[in-house]
Amino acid sequence: MSAPNKSYDPVEVEALKPEVVEQARDEAIAAFAAAGTLDELKQAKVAHTGDRSPLSLANREIGALPPHAKAAAGKLIGQARGAVNQALAKRQAELEAERDARVLVEEAVDVTLPFDRAPRGARHPLTTMAERIEDTFVAMGYQVAEGPEVEAEWLNFDALNLGPDHPARSMQDTFFVQAPDGSADSGVVLRTQTSPVQARTMLDREPPIYVICPGRVYRTDELDATHTPVFRQVEGLAVDEGITFADLKGTIEVLVEKLIGDHLELRWRPSYFPFTEPSAEVDLQCFVCLGASVGNPDRPCRTCSSEGWIELGGCGVVNPRVLVACGVDPNRYSGFAFGLGLERILMNRHNVADMRDMVEGDVRFTLPFGMEI
Amino acid sequence: MRVPLSWLREYVDLPAGATGRDVAERLVRAGLEVETVEQIGADLKGPLVVGEVLSIEELTGFKKPIRHCFVNVGAANGTGEPQEIVCGATNFAVGDKVVVVLPGAVLPGPFPIAARQTYGHTSAGMICSARELGMGDEHNGIIVLPPEYEPGTDAVELLQLVDEVLDIAVTPDRGYCLSMRGVAREAAAAYGLPLADPALLDVPPANSFGYLVKVNDPAGCDRFVARTVVGVDPNAKSPLWLQRRLQKSGIRPISLTVDITNYVMLEVGQPLHAYDKQRVNGPITVRRAEQGETLTTLDGVERKLAAEDLLICDNSGPIGLAGVMGGASTEILDPAAGPGTTEVIIEAAHFDPVAIARTAKRHKLPSEASKRFERGVDPEAARAAAQRAVDLLVLIAGGTDEAGVTDIAAPHPVRTITIAADLPDRVAGTAYGRETVTRRLQEVGCSVAGADVLEVTPPTWRPDLTDPYDLAEEVIRLEGYDNVPARMPNVPPGKGLTEGQRINRRIGVALAAAGYVEVNNYPFLGETAWDALGLEADDRRRRTVKLVNPLNDEEPALRTTLLPGLLGALRRNIGRGNTDLAIYETGTVFLPKDELSVAPRPAVDHRPSAEELAELDAALPDQPRRIAVALAGERLPSGWWGKGSEASWADAVEAARTVARAAGVELTVRQGQLAPWHPGRCAELVVAGTDRVVGHAGELHPRVVKALGLPARSAAMEIDVDLLTADGAERVSGPTVSGFPVATQDVALIVDTAVPAADVEAALRAGAGELLEALRLFDVFTGEQVGEGKKSLAYALRFRAVDRTLTADEATAAREAAVAEAVARTGAVLRGA
Repeated sequence: MSAPNKSYDPVEVEALKPEVVEQARDEAIAAFAAAGTLDELKQAKVAHTGDRSPLSLANREIGALPPHAKAAAGKLIGQARGAVNQALAKRQAELEAERDARVLVEEAVDVTLPFDRAPRGARHPLTTMAERIEDTFVAMGYQVAEGPEVEAEWLNFDALNLGPDHPARSMQDTFFVQAPDGSADSGVVLRTQTSPVQARTMLDREPPIYVICPGRVYRTDELDATHTPVFRQVEGLAVDEGITFADLKGTIEVLVEKLIGDHLELRWRPSYFPFTEPSAEVDLQCFVCLGASVGNPDRPCRTCSSEGWIELGGCGVVNPRVLVACGVDPNRYSGFAFGLGLERILMNRHNVADMRDMVEGDVRFTLPFGMEI
Repeated sequence: MRVPLSWLREYVDLPAGATGRDVAERLVRAGLEVETVEQIGADLKGPLVVGEVLSIEELTGFKKPIRHCFVNVGAANGTGEPQEIVCGATNFAVGDKVVVVLPGAVLPGPFPIAARQTYGHTSAGMICSARELGMGDEHNGIIVLPPEYEPGTDAVELLQLVDEVLDIAVTPDRGYCLSMRGVAREAAAAYGLPLADPALLDVPPANSFGYLVKVNDPAGCDRFVARTVVGVDPNAKSPLWLQRRLQKSGIRPISLTVDITNYVMLEVGQPLHAYDKQRVNGPITVRRAEQGETLTTLDGVERKLAAEDLLICDNSGPIGLAGVMGGASTEILDPAAGPGTTEVIIEAAHFDPVAIARTAKRHKLPSEASKRFERGVDPEAARAAAQRAVDLLVLIAGGTDEAGVTDIAAPHPVRTITIAADLPDRVAGTAYGRETVTRRLQEVGCSVAGADVLEVTPPTWRPDLTDPYDLAEEVIRLEGYDNVPARMPNVPPGKGLTEGQRINRRIGVALAAAGYVEVNNYPFLGETAWDALGLEADDRRRRTVKLVNPLNDEEPALRTTLLPGLLGALRRNIGRGNTDLAIYETGTVFLPKDELSVAPRPAVDHRPSAEELAELDAALPDQPRRIAVALAGERLPSGWWGKGSEASWADAVEAARTVARAAGVELTVRQGQLAPWHPGRCAELVVAGTDRVVGHAGELHPRVVKALGLPARSAAMEIDVDLLTADGAERVSGPTVSGFPVATQDVALIVDTAVPAADVEAALRAGAGELLEALRLFDVFTGEQVGEGKKSLAYALRFRAVDRTLTADEATAAREAAVAEAVARTGAVLRGA
């Protein structure tokens, strides 16, 4: 670097001549623009902004200028370098964006490749169906009650107004448990219904009682497309002051609406169960033929056997004798009870044609039902 | 009960246009379970006419007898010329009247009839059998009609071939609907029409010169009516109308006398029995059986009688099981097999429903009669029923009714029920009003007196009406369930699911989310299941609850573990080509108590005592809830991403941890040994901090795998959920999350192969103290470098303090303390030290 020189004329310094500076600036900008890759840009950057670049070299000359000339020269160089750096940054950004875009394209994969590395599981639709019904009633304020599957005959029959010689006892084909002496007189059976849970509940707590009792029950039917010796029921029981048949109707209607919808007609027909009086069977309009198959041999309906109705379950006003046997005062309280077969509801709600599919445990049957139903 | 519509119309003047379905719908809404409405002869098309056989030529040279006939069908064929028909039946002769179907007709099937060449002749039509006409299942040749019918007469009308039959499943409380009379009464009420009661007959009063009957057991038999008819033509046949009504009702015509007793039973609901009077030896006695007595019933079976059986006897001993089945020795005789019966005793009695039910059950003899007696028969119908049978025997069989009328009746108290007139309103939740209540009760046959409180006397045919609620039900059903309003009860706020119920749901969700599929298996099994699992002879799980009447004699017991059913499902799936499996089941097992007892049968007219209730429960087996999983094939599938992993013992143990985590319980895993698991690959599952073993998990024993036909290395787990959750879920205490930096240090420890990793980990945790945030075993290594009988366990330890940044020295000191504890407890050697 030259020593300060008071008589020095800045115009005399070649490198600081405005046209030289401008040319260096323009060459730098052109070089950046011409760089096609980030590597080329890097080289251009070294050449045009590095220590040995024309503008850097020119900048060094400023120090040797007389004070009055420094400002003008500084401004000249500063503006030029500003323009160069701006052009560099701009080109840098452009080339980086190009590179990024190219990399993302190169990294593309076939997202349709099947990826089933985590094994899929599922809950049985009868389980989740029971839960759905439970939840409907729990939301109304009911509680879920459970009881043993191997049950005392007294609770399964006698307490429910089914004495030893009651004809209805032969309606239900019962599995009897061997007594200690090997005879049939154990007083113990596989429960034929979840009603003993209702009896247990009444023996257990004071009214008001609002419970729903899901569970497995047993009857001596051979397994076929529409029967299974082990099946699931959900029963409900309400015992309170002033409970009537009208309350039962309202409750069943809500259940059907939640479970199936409100677009199908219900039919209430009188029936007979020893534990209720009056007793009713509730039929749901056939969701397949909507009754059009009735008396119409050209359009038979497999779902309802051309009856137009599908049996939903039995229900009624609790027989006061049952209340008495379970220690509930029939003069103060009344109740209603209902029972539904889950297999049949599942068959109807989800078009399951063969009950065997529900009991054989084939994972192909259960998987599509997932975690909830 | 099968109810031909044409017959029903005899008692109720139903609207002419009402179809079987219309009537069925009305009856269903009144509470009769009409299962089907059968359209008899719906696809039948004439001409079907009476024919007279003019000539028969036996054709020979064929495999079976063939007849070439000419039959006079009057003008029915349009020409009046004899009809040429080839026939394969041989039970008719020249001059017989037969049923002829002519070309152009269609028989049920549908089976169109046309003239055709057969056996070298033209057959222009067919001579028909009962089966071909859809009349019944009999197949003993063609129908030979009584001689009085003119050739050419329409046989469709004559044989009542077109009808509708309602098949009604009668519930036990509606015994009276096992009769035309009862169903007609319901139909009359449903349509609001009057009933022509077939039991309203003129009956001569009882007298002293009827057949001698002694009832020694009035509790078992409170009514016995006996009538006698003599001079019966043993060759008289049941007229067509009677045969047809029986056939449509599902009863096979047998002989005139028997047909009449069956007909009257169907009509009035009173079972009758007819004895050959000349074969009855002396007076009839009704009594209970004595030990050792036997009786050969009508079906030819010799039956050993029990002391409770109610009998009809004569001087020779038992001649009938009362109300169930008659005896062979006094049976009406068929004239085809010798001299037929000419003198008949008709019995119309009323027996105790319970006695009949027990006898029918004991002898496995559910008969048409017992079915009715069990459900209750109208005791006041006995006289009318006997009269009706006598009338028919006189009318059709040419008999003479004798003047003696036996009628033994035990006094019947009049049953009166007191009912508040508004009880039906209160039960239904609607307002019927007293007038409606009274009218409806009268419709079912009750007599009603009173105002706010009604005194109601039910009819004799309704033994099921015993209390006010029975009466309320009658009113409500006749008014129609559809007309009861729907309302919601005012349910008090509930408590939601119990903690146990929530846990059960969570466990299922957790396993399903971990890739397990739920299955439900029957709990039935037999000894072979235990043998396959390799259980020792004295294994407690072989002690089972057994059924008296299993579906399958090979599987008389209830499960004491979920594994047999679950492994069966595993194999079933594999057999169907589902090879990579993870399944689970949850349900109860049945464990007999140490002390077995018999459940009492307390009275039902009050709440049982606490002792009685305790005895009930004491007689039941323990029924804990279990959960089990089974695995085979790949647990994690291989794929384009690389290799997966085979299901192993470790997955089974992990499943147990998944279950425990869902239940909010911490599990400790120990080395265990239990069939059916591999003795070296069986984990015993213990609730942490206790000694309570709640289950086992691991790989199945190779012998078990072989015995059950499962893939090698199949694994399983079973946990007792009740035991697992006995202490309830622990409430999680929120951790203090430190924001200071973590210090990670690794250690590798060499221990004897037999030292459980769980012990090493416990020692490291104890030694490291509270600065240890987490610890993870990241490698297990065996090989030359660590020496024979040794293994190297490599752990990553994460240290962190809640209040400061740990220095390297602090972290190292904590690590060294951890290692020192492991060395002390397990003999570990720090690798590389």
